[in-house]
Amino acid sequence: MTVPPTVRPVAPHSADVPEPAVDMRASLAWAALPNPVATASGCAANGRELARFYPLSRLGAMVTKSVMLAPRSGRPTPRMAETPSGMLNSIGLQGPGVDAFVQQDLPWLKSQGARTIASIAAGSIDEYAEVAARLALAPPGTVTAVEVNISCPNVEDRGLVFACDPHAAAAAVAAAREATDPSIPVLAKLSPDVTDIVSIARACVGAGADGLTMINTVLGMAIDTTTLRPVLGGVTGGLSGPAIRPVAVRCVWQVHAALPDVPILGVGGVRTGLDALQLILAGASAVSVGTAVFNDPGAPLRVLGELRTALAERGFERLRDAVGYAHRALGDGADRIAPAVPAGPSLQDFAPDAEEAL
Amino acid sequence: MTVAPSAPLGGVVQVRGEVLSVRRVGAYAAITLLAPGVAERFRPGHFVALAIGDQSSSMLLRRSFSIHRCQERGVYGGTVEIVVSAHGPGTQWLASRRPHDPVDVVGPLGTPFALPKEPASCALVGGGYGSAPLFTLAERLRARGCRVDIVLGAATEERLFGVLEAKRMADSVTVTTDDGSLGIRGRVTDALPRVIERAATDVVYACGPMAMLRAVSDVAAGAGIPAQVAVEEAMACGIGVCMTCVLPVVGEDGVTRMVRSCTEGPVFRGESVRWADVGTVPADCLGAPVAAGGH
Ligand SMILES: Cc1cc2nc3c(=O)[nH]c(=O)nc-3n(C[C@H](O)[C@H](O)[C@H](O)COP(=O)(O)OP(=O)(O)OC[C@H]3O[C@@H](n4cnc5c(N)ncnc54)[C@H](O)[C@@H]3O)c2cc1C
Ligand SMILES: Cc1cc2nc3c(=O)[nH]c(=O)nc-3n(C[C@H](O)[C@H](O)[C@H](O)COP(=O)(O)O)c2cc1C
Ligand code: FES
Repeated sequence: MTVPPTVRPVAPHSADVPEPAVDMRASLAWAALPNPVATASGCAANGRELARFYPLSRLGAMVTKSVMLAPRSGRPTPRMAETPSGMLNSIGLQGPGVDAFVQQDLPWLKSQGARTIASIAAGSIDEYAEVAARLALAPPGTVTAVEVNISCPNVEDRGLVFACDPHAAAAAVAAAREATDPSIPVLAKLSPDVTDIVSIARACVGAGADGLTMINTVLGMAIDTTTLRPVLGGVTGGLSGPAIRPVAVRCVWQVHAALPDVPILGVGGVRTGLDALQLILAGASAVSVGTAVFNDPGAPLRVLGELRTALAERGFERLRDAVGYAHRALGDGADRIAPAVPAGPSLQDFAPDAEEAL
Repeated sequence: MTVAPSAPLGGVVQVRGEVLSVRRVGAYAAITLLAPGVAERFRPGHFVALAIGDQSSSMLLRRSFSIHRCQERGVYGGTVEIVVSAHGPGTQWLASRRPHDPVDVVGPLGTPFALPKEPASCALVGGGYGSAPLFTLAERLRARGCRVDIVLGAATEERLFGVLEAKRMADSVTVTTDDGSLGIRGRVTDALPRVIERAATDVVYACGPMAMLRAVSDVAAGAGIPAQVAVEEAMACGIGVCMTCVLPVVGEDGVTRMVRSCTEGPVFRGESVRWADVGTVPADCLGAPVAAGGH
């Protein structure tokens, strides 16, 4: 007789099923978060819209839309195209500029009890320094961490994207780090569109990044077969959503293997708790949910609940024990490959004739 | 004539809805959904954003539909009715739902039509399924003592929506089709000036394709009366977080901004939209021009 595998269907959760007891506290460098699930930059605006659905204080953190020095109108429409399990966007960093963000959004987010990771972007090294300096004028306690989006074209260098060149990436991060309050951690957000992401990660950490966010969107393009023209007003755009999750898992894995002490905020295609768990096992200390929010505004809190259950089912008492776990399982600790699933109904309870089926 | 401004970002819910019925109406599918919480907050001009497929669907982006009718308390709870033109994969999926199928609903969304403070003479113009939100608007206008004249247009008779319903509630109904299969042959804007003249119209409300809204806005401006138009821009989230659905709109301060049609709209004052510049970022827009790249 074949022994059925030790997996079991996960029972549906409802409000009256108590949440499993897992210590979900997370940290990004020295920024402490009550849980590891955040929004992703550009996928949650600056909080007001999502606050209609749930209190922002329940998120691990709110990562805000990348803000630049001056107001920006962004790119022409159409700015998006749906693709299999993903989408392309060419928003063009539309936003009100850093001063409005500091005056209006940050105090409001604080009043909601949110922990804000402020994302900044710029087209030159000076602009990174200036945006970070203006952000530093924010009222104390309104910024939990600063995320430096280096996926912008460097206006001084033939429009080459900062994140694609270790020197430019390091210079942008150093400029932002210097202008930021030393008590606030700075995360560098990396692009997957590079040959060797580890060398970019090293350059950013060398320039003072206290942590890394991975990944930004993957450059893509769609062509309308009716009009025979590119779909997006911006011609090319950023691919996001579950379609890019394997790329994100790979990037987090490679960088965590090379720089195991550097905290990582994992981003890319997270739609479920198990997706988040993959990034955590690869080495992320926390995860952001991006495009999935468009599909399900409640996704960040749903992912959090599912992640908690998934950790409990695998015998983890603390989230932080799972960070980078997949690396360990390759060498020692192979005992954990078969997860320590708490006793539950066996497969037979769900399929009485399972034996015949086998 | 003054119209009361409406507050953006009102109450909204995300609910697991259920299909109650799907009816064929001409070229369209009228779908009634059980969606508790939506009807209670509804005002004419609001829309809903529906998820396509289940939680692992490869179609991630929600589809937006104007709310045709709402019922606060049906037998099972609040219901919402939408009118769907099934042409792409998402709308085809919706039109093929069966009673009891689950559909995730977010709504009511957007800034609704602003209603006149005093009784006024109102012309309502709908193009194709764009007439769907006009009937609840007509009811509320009538309840305020307004005169309501309805103009409905479409390419063909099949693509008209709600002619009978309009006849039941309006002071006059004018129908146009491009091919002359019903009513006047031509466009709604061929018929609108006469309606405005006859009814001494104070305000025009319109919903339909962008080209029609532009033409209606021009007619209203020519007659020196305001127009309120519900636009349809491609939307990825419908709730205001992604910035995909923008169009150039002139603010009260005279400054043009790229404004989200899902939260600040879909209803705009006709003369505030820079129709000729839709699909571009006008050079005098706040924050333009943009260096290439970034997102
Ligand atoms: C405020 C508003 C109200 C609407 N009301 C109605 C209605 O009452 N009845 C009706 O039939 N249709 C309505 N539409 C249009 C409807 O949303 C689109 O036809 C539908 O999203 C197309 O989906 P699809 O999967 O069939 O096509 P696809 O082209 O495959 O859709 C791909 C993506 O593009 C978006 N998209 C494509 N076309 C449009 C469009 N015209 N407008 C907005 N987004 C689009 C989709 O939402 C989706 O995210 C409305 C749109 C808006 C913005
Ligand atoms: C519409 C849209 C806008 C975005 N804007 C930004 C941005 O302003 N800054 C940034 O660093 N990343 C931005 N991103 C990238 C996301 O933060 C995220 O890195 C990426 O989408 C991958 O995660 P996801 O698959 O969960 O969406 C944007 C993504 C989308 C879809
Ligand atoms: S559709 Fe996302 S902001 Fe309007």
